[in-house]
Amino acid sequence: MTLDPNHNYSNAALRIGDVDRYPRRRVGEFIGIVASNAGVNDEYRHIVVKVHEQALKAYAGQMFHLLCPSPDGAEVWMRRPMSVYRVDKAAGAVEFLYKIEGRGTRGMGKLQPGDEFNIAGPLGAGFKLEPAWKNIVVLGRGVGLATLAPLSQLAAEQGVGVTAILSARHQGVVMSKALFEELGARTVTVLDSDGTSAVENVERVIEELIAARKADAFFTCGSNRLLKLTQRLGKKHNIPGQVAMEQIMVCGFGACYVCMRTFEVDGKRVLRRVCREGPVFNMQEAVGW
Amino acid sequence: MVDLSVKIGDITLQNPVQPASGAFSWEYNDVIDLNRLGALVAKTICREPRLGNPTPRMAETEAGIIQSIGLPGKGIDYFIAHIVPEYAKFTPPLVVSVSSETIEDFAALAEELSVPDVDVIEANISCPTRNSTGGNFAMHEDYTRDCIKAIRAKTKKPLWVKLSPNAGDIVSIAKAAEAAGADALVIANTFLSLKIRTDNFRPALGNKFGGLVSPALKPIVLRMVYQVAKQVKIPIIGIGGVTKAEDVVEYMLAGASAVGIGYAGFRNPTALISIIDDLAAWCDERGITKVTELIGAVRDQDMETDTLAAASVGV
Ligand SMILES: Cc1cc2nc3c(=O)[nH]c(=O)nc-3n(C[C@H](O)[C@H](O)[C@H](O)COP(=O)(O)OP(=O)(O)OC[C@H]3O[C@@H](n4cnc5c(N)ncnc54)[C@H](O)[C@@H]3O)c2cc1C
Ligand SMILES: Cc1cc2nc3c(=O)[nH]c(=O)nc-3n(C[C@H](O)[C@H](O)[C@H](O)COP(=O)(O)O)c2cc1C
Repeated sequence: MTLDPNHNYSNAALRIGDVDRYPRRRVGEFIGIVASNAGVNDEYRHIVVKVHEQALKAYAGQMFHLLCPSPDGAEVWMRRPMSVYRVDKAAGAVEFLYKIEGRGTRGMGKLQPGDEFNIAGPLGAGFKLEPAWKNIVVLGRGVGLATLAPLSQLAAEQGVGVTAILSARHQGVVMSKALFEELGARTVTVLDSDGTSAVENVERVIEELIAARKADAFFTCGSNRLLKLTQRLGKKHNIPGQVAMEQIMVCGFGACYVCMRTFEVDGKRVLRRVCREGPVFNMQEAVGW
Repeated sequence: MVDLSVKIGDITLQNPVQPASGAFSWEYNDVIDLNRLGALVAKTICREPRLGNPTPRMAETEAGIIQSIGLPGKGIDYFIAHIVPEYAKFTPPLVVSVSSETIEDFAALAEELSVPDVDVIEANISCPTRNSTGGNFAMHEDYTRDCIKAIRAKTKKPLWVKLSPNAGDIVSIAKAAEAAGADALVIANTFLSLKIRTDNFRPALGNKFGGLVSPALKPIVLRMVYQVAKQVKIPIIGIGGVTKAEDVVEYMLAGASAVGIGYAGFRNPTALISIIDDLAAWCDERGITKVTELIGAVRDQDMETDTLAAASVGV
């Protein structure tokens, strides 16, 4: 069957239950079905998408590239990258936590249960836990916490202790606290509204964790300030770390060289692709933004 | 089942659908079976390692995206040693796109790239953000002739030449490329464009200018393919705005022997496979047994027009 000219899909995309004609694939284009899509607080929304089983291979730190419906009748030209928030193998669903920023995420916000949603992935290199790490510190801000949340699931599975430092403007937009705690993480909330999110205070919290031997590695996303801080403390105490980076992205497969970020490796500046070498990188090599 | 194979000079493609340079890499193997494509087309390579342009490298507009990547790459030595072997793992012919700012170096690069695993050299003489004497030779008939002549003298590989839609008279440039020894023409590269942000008054791209990519450009490129096909004997690969099987049919009717696809693979990573399957289904439904029957089959001689209309049909 040939496509309707206005149809946004590809006849080769996989729907739930389809037999995969290319089983060697690592990445798929999937036509999922929205199970729910609801606000979690003033700023963030949570979407659950039922998908073909091939999509459920995603792990913490990886992303999907989403073909957002149009919010206004005009075309949304590019896909939007989003970290996997949760993979629910039992329900056959992947979940995303997102903030409405512009046209793409606005269109996404309009999806209703039962609607089709075309997602491609899982893409990129996610978080890796080394066997030597017994306790990790996760620091994130805003929607960066969506990226970090599944890491605590991974840590829980491997018996690694997690302290999550959740930074937000005010109590009303603290993200994922319940999910982190459900997975056994200890959480520390720091806010702009009461000044606790100031670098000096966060630094003090981290120094305490280091002294208590609760910081074998740092993981961060969503804040340049937190990146710089953990880079500095990591250097000082010789603690490794990983950072998830964002950049405007086109193909998602490593072909187009749009989503580049600068890194410093052995004193030399290099560019790397967020979609392929990342989105998770060695924290000490990241130059920040 | 329709025979989808087409010939571009001495090269046989199993079907007329290939990726467009710069919008594809062997890494798409993660999501599609590359052995099903008509050809594999590598990103344009230059002699020296290049970082490419400052970010952002892409911005959306009302009617497509503009992008300016700046031909990043690891240089020709790395390309031959490490990237060609990645492509050689797959069966379709490998088309290697190349660019340089001088004609002498362009020819030397083509010679160095003429290694056994490379099946076709595609001379990208139309990078829109380069100037007409420094890599965007396809803006001018004479520069095109000089450049293609020089390359032709240095390689026996099939030589495809990618033309620019930004040139005033693409037909003369196409004829110049043919006369200089091109084996096929690739029409076309992207349209030079600009986006200015009204929030901060700055150009949206790090490199200021970029190439516009959009299905909206298909009728313009299709017109170019049609005009050029009437004037040259060598095969044409049409590139611009293909998003579905009927677009392949349209390009072939206009005179193209194959198409290249970029954007559609960004929107739908499996688009190329879908388009190949859909094209076969489209032909089968109509009893077309060889896809080559479509090449140049536009019915421009027996158009159904209102005989009472006074004005004659344009050319
Ligand atoms: C690896 C990765 C993971 C991400 N995970 C999440 C997540 O879990 N939840 C979430 O809410 N957001 C996440 N983002 C950011 C998300 O992609 C952007 O918020 C979104 O693309 C904005 O699109 P828009 O149309 O709403 O905004 P617009 O501003 O209209 O977008 C215009 C263009 O800029 C791009 N863009 C805008 N902001 C960003 C950004 N921060 N990063 C990359 N591209 C951007 C868009 O993709 C689009 O191409 C992630 C980004 C990356 C790169
Ligand atoms: C991100 C991007 C990078 C590109 N890089 C190259 C390139 O290196 N060499 C080249 O000849 N064309 C390049 N192009 C142009 C494409 O090959 C093609 O001509 C153009 O995208 C139009 O086709 P489309 O409408 O199917 O996308 C690039 C296009 C895009 C979108």
